[in-house]
Amino acid sequence: MDRDAIDVLVVGGGNAALCAAIAARRAGRSVLVLEAAPKFYRGGNTRHTRNMRCAHDAATDFLTGPYTEDEFWDDLYRVTEGHTDEALARHMIALSKPMLNWITEQGVRFQPSLGGTLSLGRTNSFFLGGGRAMLNALYLTAEKLGVEVHYDSPVLDFDIEGGQCRSVTARIDGEMRTIRAKSVVAAAGGFEANIEWLKEHWGPPADNFLIRGTPYNRGDILKRLLEKGIAPVSDPTQCHAVAIDARAPKFDGGIITRLDCVVFGIVVNKNAQRFYDEGEDFWPKRYAIWGRLVAAQPDQIAYIIFDAHSLELFMPSLYPPVTAETIARLAEKLELSSEALTATVNRFNASVREGTFDHTVFDDCRTEGLDPPKSHWARRLEQPPYYAYPVRPGITFTYLGTKVDKQARMQLAGGGSAANLFAAGEIMAGNVLGRGYAAGIGMTIGSVFGRIAGEEAAKHAR
Amino acid sequence: MHASDNLAEADRLTTVCNSCRYCEGLCAVFPAMEMRRAFDDGDLNYLANLCHGCGACYVDCQFSPPHEFDVNVPKVLAQVRGDSYRAYAWPGFLQPLFDRNGMAISIVAALSVAIFILGFVLWHDPDVLFTDGGNFYRLMPHNVMAGIFLAVTAFTVVALTMGFRNFWRDIGANGLKGEDTPSLWQAIKDASSLRYLDGGGVGCYNEDERPTDRRRIYHHLTFYGFMLCFAATTAGSVYHYLLAMPAPYDWYQLPKLLGTLGGIGLIAGPIGLLVAKFKREPDMLDTARLGMDTGFILMLLLTGLSGMALMLLRVTPAMGILLALHLGVVFALFLSMPYSKFVHGLYRFGALTRYAIERRAGH
Repeated sequence: MDRDAIDVLVVGGGNAALCAAIAARRAGRSVLVLEAAPKFYRGGNTRHTRNMRCAHDAATDFLTGPYTEDEFWDDLYRVTEGHTDEALARHMIALSKPMLNWITEQGVRFQPSLGGTLSLGRTNSFFLGGGRAMLNALYLTAEKLGVEVHYDSPVLDFDIEGGQCRSVTARIDGEMRTIRAKSVVAAAGGFEANIEWLKEHWGPPADNFLIRGTPYNRGDILKRLLEKGIAPVSDPTQCHAVAIDARAPKFDGGIITRLDCVVFGIVVNKNAQRFYDEGEDFWPKRYAIWGRLVAAQPDQIAYIIFDAHSLELFMPSLYPPVTAETIARLAEKLELSSEALTATVNRFNASVREGTFDHTVFDDCRTEGLDPPKSHWARRLEQPPYYAYPVRPGITFTYLGTKVDKQARMQLAGGGSAANLFAAGEIMAGNVLGRGYAAGIGMTIGSVFGRIAGEEAAKHAR
Repeated sequence: MHASDNLAEADRLTTVCNSCRYCEGLCAVFPAMEMRRAFDDGDLNYLANLCHGCGACYVDCQFSPPHEFDVNVPKVLAQVRGDSYRAYAWPGFLQPLFDRNGMAISIVAALSVAIFILGFVLWHDPDVLFTDGGNFYRLMPHNVMAGIFLAVTAFTVVALTMGFRNFWRDIGANGLKGEDTPSLWQAIKDASSLRYLDGGGVGCYNEDERPTDRRRIYHHLTFYGFMLCFAATTAGSVYHYLLAMPAPYDWYQLPKLLGTLGGIGLIAGPIGLLVAKFKREPDMLDTARLGMDTGFILMLLLTGLSGMALMLLRVTPAMGILLALHLGVVFALFLSMPYSKFVHGLYRFGALTRYAIERRAGH
């Protein structure tokens, strides 16, 4: 038997890759999975996820109510501000319905929404044990089905001619091999961990970005495919950026470095000046703009300042806040100008109008005559001790991808479809998610298009 | 400040876990963590004894080693748990028995067996060890046997009670009230089914990220085997004193029936647990306490083996030695209970009770 000949080659090792591998294997094809990362870091961003957004007709053991396809579409349209492909998106949403059952059949287990995430209890299905548990279950199923998996095995090149991938060069367990696969599924993620690539569009500030996932999301596969004539989709300059604790490691800090306290205080830059309305909207709807806002500040750093009133109103995070008895002392600890921070806080405090504080609704606590204003949840910073979290942009994922059709088949830059190249997951997420984000939608894209890609790749490999 | 490095590390982990929460559906430990924002030593000891060591959170955690956050909940809680056994032991001057526990248990066991052999020999003449005939009470009168074991049991019960009191106070729990009865019942159900050794539903994780339910099955065999043997002994006393039916018994009579079933469990269970222990991913183990873990399992295995051997070879010349061996092992098992891994069951049951109460209180 020729060990370099295979029916379906899956490039990548996350949710989309494994769904594709399992679907193709269940269709009776031989399947090879090449994951560039070592085993512990397998699965890219999937290891940091926790839920999946699927349409469903009725409440279940783990979901508190129905979530119709139309409502899902409305949410997607809203968060992307129309930067989506309606036909493709509605196709995905329709297939998200049977996905909950299918993924359960692959060994993935669910639980009720986690503490602190009640707002997602109706729409999102939470993985028992989180994303890495979900991945472990998929790998276990794939192995039982006879899928061959290699770690530390990056794909280096594709031999593509006339939309047909003839072979793939990869370093498998340290050995250079040329794999001839009847079908190839690329599910190798975005380029968020590739600082050089980010700098092409963001310039030197990208050096100060923190990457929330593994260092292995380098976009090498995406880059190679685009070079070889695959049509791109979505904005090459954009990435999903949130404000995370500046003390987080450069890579893979994951969920525990996030901070949910912007709405409870004020946010200042390194000059101790405010720069945006902290109370513009509810945090779940606004958290994703703060990465970009901080990226636009000098040295890409900012500080969330709040007082003792708010300390226990939000989820705890990994690093303790910087603490001081006075604003001036807090500024010293943050290495900010004491005078400037004191002046900013005094100005803010003086402009706060009395109201009834309620962080669960749009309350009437706001500033008057302040620029920028704080429209809601504005309370004077007056109760010591005072607290601060330093924040930097934390990059979650990138939007640039390979253009696909409803069969997850890659489209060619010169027009037409690739014969045997398919894409799933973040590498093609930009087709339906051209902008913004809605919790759990990355996993929906991964699972649904992963399954489609696997089934279509299997069909082609017959 | 915490009393030990292990407690300080456990405190660090609570900060990580409480800001993540992905594991909250796996077992009782993480929901109990979420009920708190600050953790004193008692809180951490409570969590440590609530943990069954199923390992699910280790294989599910995106931050477990080799990640730089180094989140290893099963190992750190095992270390804190081991430290807590020592700290709660009564009387205090015997706490160092936990330091080299495998060695301590071995010495107690060897001495006990030797004393029984010597006792038989001195009491009678040396030949009595090797005469066959199958009558235990020729070697040691029933009343003497019962008296010795009643005494050691009484001491053990007192020592275990005092240890449990230390634990219960340390974790800050209150006295049980009438309204806590459903919680107590819940804890009994959770403990007797080893509910939280199931890795959140698929089985625990031992050598890698593939779940199995073997450890739970082996633990059930061991625990229920032990309880059946205990029941057999109790039934024997009832037969002897109340029904005036002294041993030996036929296979279908309760002492024999229960003892045989229990003995099988007490052999198969500990062997399975030992194998699982040595196959377990070393990174999840408190390797410093391997002696304590294996010492206790070996004592249970020896109890089962010597008991079954005694039953099978009762009418051979080996009976005298086997009786001394079995009585010596059982004596050592009971005597060392407050200073062995046996205490894990008590403290875990206490922690489960506390957890059931907290849950019912509507957190």
